[in-house]
Amino acid sequence: MKTTNFLLCGVGGQGVLLASVILAKAALSQGLDVKGGEVHGMAQRGGAVISHMRLGDQVHSPLVPYGQCDFMLGFEPLEAARNAHWVKPEGLLIYNTYRVPPSTVAAGLAEYPEDLDAALGRFSCRKLVVAASELAQGAGDIRAANAVMAGALSRFLAFPLPVWEEAVAASVPAKVLGINREAFRLGREAVG
Amino acid sequence: MKDVLLGNEAIARGAWEAGVTFASAYPGTPSTEILQNIASGYPKDIYSQWSPNEKTALEVAVGASIAGARALACMKHVGVNVAADPLFTAVYTGVRGGLVLLTADDPFLHSSQNEQDNRHYARAAKLPLVEPSDSQEAKDFLKVAFELSERFDTPVLFRTTTRINHSKGVVELGERTELPKPTELPRDPAKYTMLPGFARPKHPKIEARLAELKALGATSPLNRVEMGDAAVGIITSGVAYHYAKEALPGASFLKLGLTFPFPDALVRDFASKVKQVVVVEELDPYLEEQVKLLGIEVAHGKDWFPICGELEPADVAAKLAGTHAEVAAPAPGLPTRPPVMCPGCSHRGVFHVLKKLKVFVSGDIGCYTLGALPPFNAMHACLCMGGSIPMAHGISKVMEGSDDPKNRTVAVIGDSTFFHSGVTGLMDMIWNGGNSVVLIQDNRITGMTGGQDTPGTGKTLMGRDAPMVDIEKLVLALGIKAVNVRVVGAYDLKAVETVLKEELAKPEPSVVITKDPCVLNYRVKDRPLRVDPEACTACKVCLQVSCIALSMQGQGDDRKASIDPNFCTGCTVCAQVCKFDAISRA
Repeated sequence: MKTTNFLLCGVGGQGVLLASVILAKAALSQGLDVKGGEVHGMAQRGGAVISHMRLGDQVHSPLVPYGQCDFMLGFEPLEAARNAHWVKPEGLLIYNTYRVPPSTVAAGLAEYPEDLDAALGRFSCRKLVVAASELAQGAGDIRAANAVMAGALSRFLAFPLPVWEEAVAASVPAKVLGINREAFRLGREAVG
Repeated sequence: MKDVLLGNEAIARGAWEAGVTFASAYPGTPSTEILQNIASGYPKDIYSQWSPNEKTALEVAVGASIAGARALACMKHVGVNVAADPLFTAVYTGVRGGLVLLTADDPFLHSSQNEQDNRHYARAAKLPLVEPSDSQEAKDFLKVAFELSERFDTPVLFRTTTRINHSKGVVELGERTELPKPTELPRDPAKYTMLPGFARPKHPKIEARLAELKALGATSPLNRVEMGDAAVGIITSGVAYHYAKEALPGASFLKLGLTFPFPDALVRDFASKVKQVVVVEELDPYLEEQVKLLGIEVAHGKDWFPICGELEPADVAAKLAGTHAEVAAPAPGLPTRPPVMCPGCSHRGVFHVLKKLKVFVSGDIGCYTLGALPPFNAMHACLCMGGSIPMAHGISKVMEGSDDPKNRTVAVIGDSTFFHSGVTGLMDMIWNGGNSVVLIQDNRITGMTGGQDTPGTGKTLMGRDAPMVDIEKLVLALGIKAVNVRVVGAYDLKAVETVLKEELAKPEPSVVITKDPCVLNYRVKDRPLRVDPEACTACKVCLQVSCIALSMQGQGDDRKASIDPNFCTGCTVCAQVCKFDAISRA
């Protein structure tokens, strides 16, 4: 498999890193090489988070080069807009509708853009909108939005469904597995 | 068996496979998860502990090594500055059990106060330097580092960067090498007691050892030649190797993992077989300068790849392969999303008060350093761990006699940082007749790095109960008068303001302690608050506490402050600053 590049972006606390773990485990079970990178620390405090993930026969760099992203998962619409220029013109951007105002907006120093679809319109990649946070709430916990996003992504990769299900089971705590399974299923259906 | 491991998970695994039985650290991004993974993954085989600071973390590891254990001490790059004193002389004593000091550097300062390149420590302290390039090597090279340490009787510096520590990769797992448990302690003062007479003869031994290690560099499995097209020979180390390999897979590579002592013979041989040498490395021209010292011409190095910040794979490819990816411009005009205090954070109200008081705030390293950002703008200096108190003391000595309240100083420091190196600073201030107010924000955790125990939490890394440092008794013992030690609730803004004003009015040092725990790590959550839209005048004063649960919602005359119940913890700080009593419990 030619190296495929993924970026997962959102806000600290949204479980972006867990979604990248699910993707990595699914890929490993298919015998693929996996590398990815992310930044912890200050980003946990409501700052922006980006997780890079790369799958292929042999992957060197853990970072996706500028403009070379095949699939982007935007866990928050503003963060999706901020990073959409990384996505190839023929790539896919899936983004969640749930808004998390940045501290600059909360403090009244900036306005949250009213029309993010317009901001995203400048990018020619394919775009899919998923109400991941609402679907997760329906599954039992808004924090399972990451599993919804992983479910949506799963439609576009060739891994069989049981591989994804095992990856979800291996990545989330046992007591919330039921909620995450349901969230994953809802995400998969949402883009079907 | 294979698994996808974060670099820090791979390092923990490598320690276990290497037969390490002792590991210590002070938390610091990007190194923190190493000890957490050792403690959670291998508690039966490895004793692990947080130390109050990096100096003691290295010193306990040196002790473990003298006792015969393989010992690992981990810290972030600036932590090595704190641990430099024991490091330089541990190179003189040498080791008994293998000893590795792991330094996790942070190019681009993702979560740090400077961007130092700790490879220079290897040259200055004269110890071998090992640099892995991914998770697999992080695990494998650590085992080699312990073997080198014992074979050459020296500590080894193991240098990672954020893109090693916090990158994932596929790792082939191995088994643990079980080593015999030490049964007796050595009595060898000439080796372990660094009096001048014992230390002097060590220096020539160190130089001889370095010469041996330099020769070993030609055959060490840590260094690797990958001959390809002889037109370009790339000399590289760390994650930069992967950026270069991906950009120019057909070129010739000298990939170095043992980068001090520099493997002169290997480098000369490689350079003689290629038409031109290019050095690809992050941060300082550390490899490049050593290549040039050999009289080898470097066609490109830091003229192509910046000294500042991280390397970007696309930029590396542009230089090496001349590729220029068509990249769309980012969407313009989007609001930034800087890190921010969590909803409910016990630091928030305190900084609101500090801003109001207009004092000079000498800050320290922790989540509360965010108090320097808008809208608080209430931290005016921050240098290093524990620096807040001595800096405040120095400032107040110079400004002695000024009546202007803006020239009064408050030192702000968290509990973990106070234990780390704030205590000696406070001792300095009290001893030397300072008159600053020291505000210790005791939230019972090392917060910034994700929540680690401290000497004040009553727990150790391995989950054992421990005595809790009593900060009030401690500062009393240092000489602060009992009437000048005040404890105040961090969420009671009026009380914080009153107490700070009273202590600032005194001509002697005071310590004010807030004792409310970290909301994130102790999962503090009360019922959320709500805004009464009838009472709200849209004055936006509540936004000045900078909480992401709060925002303006609605249009025109209906535009009012609003609270997202998914984020609100019910801390009441916003309600206290509202002048119209528009915010109350839902």
